[in-house]
Amino acid sequence: MSTIKNISRRKFIKNVGLVSGGLILAYHLPSCTGESEIRLADDGTYFNPNLFVQLKKNGELVLLSSRSEMGQGIRTSLTSAIADEMEADWKYVSVKQATGDAIFGDQNTDGSRSIRTILEPMRKMGAIAKAMLITAAANKWQVSESECAAENHYIINKTNNEKVFYGNLVEDASKLEAPKDVVLKDKKNFNYIGKELKSIDVHDFVTGNAKYGIDIRQPNMKFACIARCPVTFGTAKSFNKDEVLKINGVIDVIEFNRIERPFGPLGGIAVIAENTWAAIKGKEALNIEWDYGKNKSYNSEAYLEEITANVHKKGKEIKNEGSVNNAFKNAETLVESTYILPHLVHAPMEVPNATANVLEGSCEVWAPTQTPQTARIEIAGFLKLDIEKVTVNVTFLGGGFGRKSKPDYIVEAVVLSKAIKNPVQVVWTREDDIQNSYYHAVSAQYLKGSLNKDGKVTGWLHRTAFPSIASTFAPNITHGAGFELGLGVTNLPYDIENMRCESGKAIAHVRIGWLRSVCNIFHGFSINVFVDELAAKANKDALEFRLNLFGKNRIIPSAESEHKYDIARLKNVLVKAAKNANYSKKLPKDHGIGLAVHYSFLSYVATAVEVSVIENKLKVHKITTVIDCGLAVNKNSIKAQMEGAGIFGMSLAYYGKITAKDGAIQQSNYHDYPMLRINEAPEFDIEIVESNEKSTGVGEPGVPVIAPAIINAIFNATGKRYYSLPLSDHGLV
Amino acid sequence: MISLKINNKEYSIEADENMPLLWAIRDLVGLTGTKFGCGKGLCGSCTVLLNEKPVRSCQTTISTANGKEITTIEGISEENKNLQDSWEALNVPQCGYCQSGQIVSAYALIKTNPNPSNDEIDKAMAGNICRCGTYDRIRKAIHKTLENQ
Repeated sequence: MSTIKNISRRKFIKNVGLVSGGLILAYHLPSCTGESEIRLADDGTYFNPNLFVQLKKNGELVLLSSRSEMGQGIRTSLTSAIADEMEADWKYVSVKQATGDAIFGDQNTDGSRSIRTILEPMRKMGAIAKAMLITAAANKWQVSESECAAENHYIINKTNNEKVFYGNLVEDASKLEAPKDVVLKDKKNFNYIGKELKSIDVHDFVTGNAKYGIDIRQPNMKFACIARCPVTFGTAKSFNKDEVLKINGVIDVIEFNRIERPFGPLGGIAVIAENTWAAIKGKEALNIEWDYGKNKSYNSEAYLEEITANVHKKGKEIKNEGSVNNAFKNAETLVESTYILPHLVHAPMEVPNATANVLEGSCEVWAPTQTPQTARIEIAGFLKLDIEKVTVNVTFLGGGFGRKSKPDYIVEAVVLSKAIKNPVQVVWTREDDIQNSYYHAVSAQYLKGSLNKDGKVTGWLHRTAFPSIASTFAPNITHGAGFELGLGVTNLPYDIENMRCESGKAIAHVRIGWLRSVCNIFHGFSINVFVDELAAKANKDALEFRLNLFGKNRIIPSAESEHKYDIARLKNVLVKAAKNANYSKKLPKDHGIGLAVHYSFLSYVATAVEVSVIENKLKVHKITTVIDCGLAVNKNSIKAQMEGAGIFGMSLAYYGKITAKDGAIQQSNYHDYPMLRINEAPEFDIEIVESNEKSTGVGEPGVPVIAPAIINAIFNATGKRYYSLPLSDHGLV
Repeated sequence: MISLKINNKEYSIEADENMPLLWAIRDLVGLTGTKFGCGKGLCGSCTVLLNEKPVRSCQTTISTANGKEITTIEGISEENKNLQDSWEALNVPQCGYCQSGQIVSAYALIKTNPNPSNDEIDKAMAGNICRCGTYDRIRKAIHKTLENQ
């Protein structure tokens, strides 16, 4: 192996030279493990994995995506930024998926932050490549670089219009030193950024050729399906191994223990088989006696009553400005409401699955994962291997929504492959996925507000109670964590002099995990419905009331240093959404338009939803959403995410309800955990605000506004307000 | 021994006659375009055509499929480029996982009904869940395909 060099933490570009006829560029990105070194070979023969750009002599441009593709189009948007700065012809571009490796920087595809955090490094990659190609051409023509221009995979001599194809410059360019500084393009010169670029993978998606984790096949691979205790952290006492072994296709039945780590497998009884069907049949034939353990006492109905009681009494104070008690004492009108939202589960169309091949001294996995480096660390830890011996291949994800950030299902495959000394694919059934997951927290919200005689809000009290995600990571967690309260509660954008926020006690009895937009779901819901209630009580129009409640244009203080929480931008999306929906228009009888606005993942989103309620049956006709996410990279992806978030938000509003009885989840498949279907889907009108601000989150921000806007629309249509989800509980759908 | 004719090609399958067609297609024949989503006929990801009619292959045994014409997404790709072109032009897929089933269902619809109403489209497609929420674009892509036929 060639010599390794340690490089300093400073961001830089290093040309590692000609390898297999191509120009390779590497870029140091701050890694999620905090490593400040990247390892490069200095002799040019080692095909260094830290590459994002590979240009071949035939002009083919292979660009690397370091983030996982789960429908948000990140493989296209990130690479289009490189291609744009590089003045590449998109038709030459193909995208390779990075394996899990700290050398690629942070690869966690969650928190709606891929574009936000690595757009600029990707642009720089392209700009550096372009600069080197220009230098190579200038040298070849014996002219100065300023006489050359890059255009669509060619360098052009501006003086005589002579041009040279990028592929023909590879050999010369690869001998050059990469420049340390580059100038990025002016926005007006973008070819791909800001446009509606088609997904680079769309052809594979429509022909059935795209390979998801569940489609991976390895030579002599076996299949496994695991029976896990219905109650979280319970263990098996006995099971009918001999009977299950008799099933055609079943090879073995193996018990394995829980790994007590946040992303550790729950453990259970694994059926190993020749094909998926035999593995599932074997698992279904298992008769297991369980020791259910302490979580067997969990009944979500009773639990909900408990946390509701906790928000009806004083909680742990998290924010206190002015005097809410005085404001309430002197109020003209008081409004108080309690909002209840149930557990949810991700249920991505592709169930959790992973393929592992554990060999002596090394391991390779293939998985649909949002966090390949986390998976790598967990696997290396379990196998007690040096991390360099573990390869994590990232496949397409058939949906993630946060479920596939937790690599428990990947470690399961590794455990089993090690046990049977053979490649194995673990497949979760839909029942497994719904019953053994990490759940979005059940929640109770209490809001109380005071109005003076002019209908101005003088005091605001918000109490929130929900089992915290922190409980998955540490013992004895009794209240929501700071970062969760920052998702809507403590960063309230309204200008209210007297404000108090409290958090109520809530202990977790199931694994709690983040689900698309996380606590913004219940905080965004309760706040948007409550503001609407205040408006109604003050006899004011809901739009006008909100705009006044925001107060003067100003910046809300936040810990985020690079992105300011700007009230003007929040007002803007709300005004636009109302306008685009023709909010003031005369509506047919039984129709109503409801508004909601929410800031999350640094983006501003507002929606106006038009519904009708006829004979107590709800129909959502149109969702009009406006997003301000700063500089838009791929407008097609952004619109698609707003449409998709609309459906996701509608699904949770209509049907989303996970309950537990005696510790076990009561739902199991799409019949009792229903999803919205095409016949219920509304029309969409999506606007992306034109902006030069830094790019911010898109994947999640579209979700929190949907359910409250529907509740508010129902109120406007019928005069009836609902305080809990799902709407199916109220007979509306 | 079961004989499965998939996309005009014959496959001899030796398996339990109650094995769902889905798993024979995916694991025994090796065509992974047809997807597993729920195993209970609820989500439509596993939709294939059986003698030109759309069926949920997770609810169809290989003995039922024996001797019949089976068309999967891989076969549709050759039969109706128009449909897939519309899907591409409108950028319908997000994660893409449900799209095989969506396209097979859409194909079955337009083959039997060249001028479906929106209600008929909804009815034909309501068995296919899309968790990413591409429904509005699916509708538009079906309309676009019909316009171009």
